[in-house]
Amino acid sequence: MATDLTHLPAVHTDVHPIFGKLTWQSIPIHEPVLVGTFIGVAIIASVVLYLLTKYKWWGYLWSEWFTSIDHKKIGIMYMVLGFIMFVRGFADALLMRSQQALASMGYEGYLIPHHYDQIFSAHGVIMIFFAAMPFVTGFMNYVMPLQIGARDVAFPFLNNLSFWLTVSGAVLVMISLFVGEFSTNGWLAYPPLSGLEYSPSVGMDYYLWALNIAGIGTTLSGINLVVTIVKMRCPGMTWMRMPIFTWTTLCTNILIVASFPVLAATLALITADRYIGTQFFNTELGGNPMMYVNLIWIWGHPEVYILILPIFGIFSEVVSTYSGKRLFGYTSMVYATCVIMVLSYLVWLHHFFTMGAGASVNSFFGITTMIISIPTGAKLFNWLFTMYKGRIRFELPMMWTIAFMLTFTIGGMTGVLLAVPPADYVLHNSLFLVAHFHNVIIGGVVFGVFAGVTHWFPKAFGFKLDPYWGHLSFWGWIIGFYLAFMPLYLLGLMGVTRRLSQFEDTIYAAYFITAAIGALFIAGGIASFFIQLYVSIRDRDSERLRDDTGDPWDGRTLEWSTSSPPPYYNFAFTPRVHGIDTYAEMKRHGYQRPTDGFAPIHMPRYTASGVVIAGLLTVMGFGLIWHIWWMAAFGFVTAILWAIGHTFNYNRDYYVPAEEVRAIETARGPRMEPAE
Amino acid sequence: MSTRRSRILSVSALVISASLLSGCDLLLLNPSGDVAAQQGELIIYSTILMLIVILPVLALTVFFAWKYRESNREARYEPDWDHSISLEIVVWSLPLAIIICLGGLTWVATHRLNPYDEVRRIAPGVPVDETVKPLTIQVVALDWKWLFIYPEQNIAMVNEVAAITDRPVEFKLTSSTVMNSFYIPSLAGMIYTMPGMETEMNAVMNEDGVYEGFASNYSGLGYNWMRFTFHSTDEAGFDEWVEKVRSEGATLDRDAFVALDQPSMKHPVTPYGTVEDGLWTRILNQCVDDQSLCLNDMMMVDALGGGGLEGIYNREIYRGLCTAENPHALIEILRPQDAHREAALLSAIGGTPPMPPVSTAKPQTSTGPEGQ
Repeated sequence: MATDLTHLPAVHTDVHPIFGKLTWQSIPIHEPVLVGTFIGVAIIASVVLYLLTKYKWWGYLWSEWFTSIDHKKIGIMYMVLGFIMFVRGFADALLMRSQQALASMGYEGYLIPHHYDQIFSAHGVIMIFFAAMPFVTGFMNYVMPLQIGARDVAFPFLNNLSFWLTVSGAVLVMISLFVGEFSTNGWLAYPPLSGLEYSPSVGMDYYLWALNIAGIGTTLSGINLVVTIVKMRCPGMTWMRMPIFTWTTLCTNILIVASFPVLAATLALITADRYIGTQFFNTELGGNPMMYVNLIWIWGHPEVYILILPIFGIFSEVVSTYSGKRLFGYTSMVYATCVIMVLSYLVWLHHFFTMGAGASVNSFFGITTMIISIPTGAKLFNWLFTMYKGRIRFELPMMWTIAFMLTFTIGGMTGVLLAVPPADYVLHNSLFLVAHFHNVIIGGVVFGVFAGVTHWFPKAFGFKLDPYWGHLSFWGWIIGFYLAFMPLYLLGLMGVTRRLSQFEDTIYAAYFITAAIGALFIAGGIASFFIQLYVSIRDRDSERLRDDTGDPWDGRTLEWSTSSPPPYYNFAFTPRVHGIDTYAEMKRHGYQRPTDGFAPIHMPRYTASGVVIAGLLTVMGFGLIWHIWWMAAFGFVTAILWAIGHTFNYNRDYYVPAEEVRAIETARGPRMEPAE
Repeated sequence: MSTRRSRILSVSALVISASLLSGCDLLLLNPSGDVAAQQGELIIYSTILMLIVILPVLALTVFFAWKYRESNREARYEPDWDHSISLEIVVWSLPLAIIICLGGLTWVATHRLNPYDEVRRIAPGVPVDETVKPLTIQVVALDWKWLFIYPEQNIAMVNEVAAITDRPVEFKLTSSTVMNSFYIPSLAGMIYTMPGMETEMNAVMNEDGVYEGFASNYSGLGYNWMRFTFHSTDEAGFDEWVEKVRSEGATLDRDAFVALDQPSMKHPVTPYGTVEDGLWTRILNQCVDDQSLCLNDMMMVDALGGGGLEGIYNREIYRGLCTAENPHALIEILRPQDAHREAALLSAIGGTPPMPPVSTAKPQTSTGPEGQ
């Protein structure tokens, strides 16, 4: 026995007036895994910083990206954030898979429980809040305004601020890796475990402030996108002519607006319990932890649909585009989406059937959960009948979609199974559950993200992604997913529960080793994706990747009617819409791009306020986490002052002169002959 | 890729899958207790029911993808075909029909297998003998071990629990620390344990043996090792076990419990020959040590209108003087004007504060079964 597995770092309760709880002991130089990671990160970071400086990209990044309020650039930045955090979250997954494989073979492994607990907590938090959420928000930001023929979102500055607030949360989570530690309480941090008595360290505070700050960003972004869809659709685009992706974006953002305040309130309550001595969740003084569990899932279940609905929208666009066919059952798709949106509020209790609710309560929530599978099933059938009598091109987005349809169906089935309360009594908290939600999140959200990235990448950058490396990535993911998670289903049925880092016997070894091999395949898939990016950027001017038409896939919706990448004002003329699949109709009627009659375009001006405010709030968060009160006060006050100051900025819009529009359009126009 | 290499790949794939399936002991589908067996059967029935719609969908997906591939110019191509009322009806009603069946099954099974209700049968076709009372075991989740108290036998045991084969067991559960979950996969599904609350689980074991039980809800550092063994034997074997615990064990009084309550990992199996009277009620009300006001007493104070602002500073006044069991003194302090209608007042509170007897005091039961 080389190490003491039960090692728990001492907690320093003295609060220094200047440094708060921060001491040299907070830097984990005694953890070899972390030191190694830190050295790796430091090397990569210095290379990046060196390159940025050498090629003088700082000014470019600042003035063209960080301060940008162009929804397209913000969308792309969300995707970049998502992929960075996705890699971090996946590294956590690899650590867990290898630790469990070692432990199942009878070794102690290299992660002590205190470290392992942080890793699974960070994995969940990062993957949901800082990978999946940025992915879907990125897509919604980039694609939706183009689909409704708008020039930007309703509140462009707010959009930038929302993005940087999300970054702020992500930065706090990343800082926790090297300064102090992260929460050990799982991704939802149930009290009393997450209360001060059982989790006195800063880990839980990192969790709270990261989510508090990022949550504000998500809420603001939700409001922004709802208003955009309600108010900024181009003439002729009635509700029932909106593309399905826009519909799912609308429903998602309504869910965000209605549920993220619940999260904010819940986290505020537990923050108050930890910081100012309230007792909302402490039974000893009349509080009730079950209240927390209810509240967090009243947010948590809609959150699941916040992630999957836009992805359903992506698949709807992809299926119809690559089948060369109108989407089957548009109306029923819209209603299915809306029904899912409403029902997602009526099922939260299925996350804790085993908490002792009565049979009728459990049955009610079990059955409402099953009812959600009806509109979901209808959607699946609609995709199926869109393929029927179509002419399917097996481009990568379509392959991801078919993989999704096969994989997600299995995940849906195990989900309905878990909704049967007596079955859940044995499967709750088991690896079967872990397999189920990875089955729907990977088979749904992740596959959808790759489908969407491949589909819209040429729109965003003007060249396609290299298909060879895309295929490798695809097969790495598919094989990896099935290898990694099918054994987990079996382990769950064998009675193995989640969040364990040590096992007493070795009968599970074969399963955990298979799962670890699966994770390696997925790692290959992720690596192939990044190589694909590199190869595609390198060969961007080649014949096979370059796209001048703006419409490489024979698209059907408005975003394909503009050039690739779209000009910053999106459309020289506000489009007019006469039906569903507008661009397909326009092409059919021999649409010609207008070449004159350009008018000045009203556009918002870039601003640094979003970066600055979010930066100051990050400082505030760090101060609050470490009880460095002067720093927290400084961050909070300056952020508020800056926000007030920003409201006096009257220089926030301008007109693009007609001549400039003409120049841009003439430069792009001739290249954009119709694909046929 | 050479054929040899692909053969190696396919052979190794076969070996791995064969070893996976042969070593496959799906405990949940083949348990030893009747409740778990019914829950396992439900998994199988629900899966079969859903496969009725899942399999055609999977098959159609593959078939359509293949048939309507771009290179197949034989297949019909109708780019504008996007609507069919009859198909829409099928598309919505097929899942609906399955869910109606599954929903019915869920309603019935959830009520039949409600862990709060006493088990109705020992095994398929064997009803419970009305004259046999279930064996009551009180379970306390501690950091990070399990304490089992036998109120009838007046013994207690840490990290080991025994029961009689084919005799129903009634578990009453609580936690003296964070939330946890009590799970013996061979016996029955899990149930949460929570501080200040009592949950309940009824089950029966049908085969003699030693089974694994463990904490199934993450509870912190020692969660990995929060395991115990569940012994099921015949009546004689159980009596023997009880005698052994009684003869070997020390006394579990309040001081001993406070000592046991300190966090510890891999705690050894520890017998307690006698258990102090009323300990369970104190654990449940989070007042084993003298420092804390019992939850049920606190709730009685609140139910009577509370001590007001001064009550915050004068908590000591209430200790001992006024309890949930004897609210008389409490009423005299808090609501002297109502002393003459004490009985009416207490019934108006609605039975929230438990009246005697002491042992069944429930301060704050989590949602119990309806109609009880």
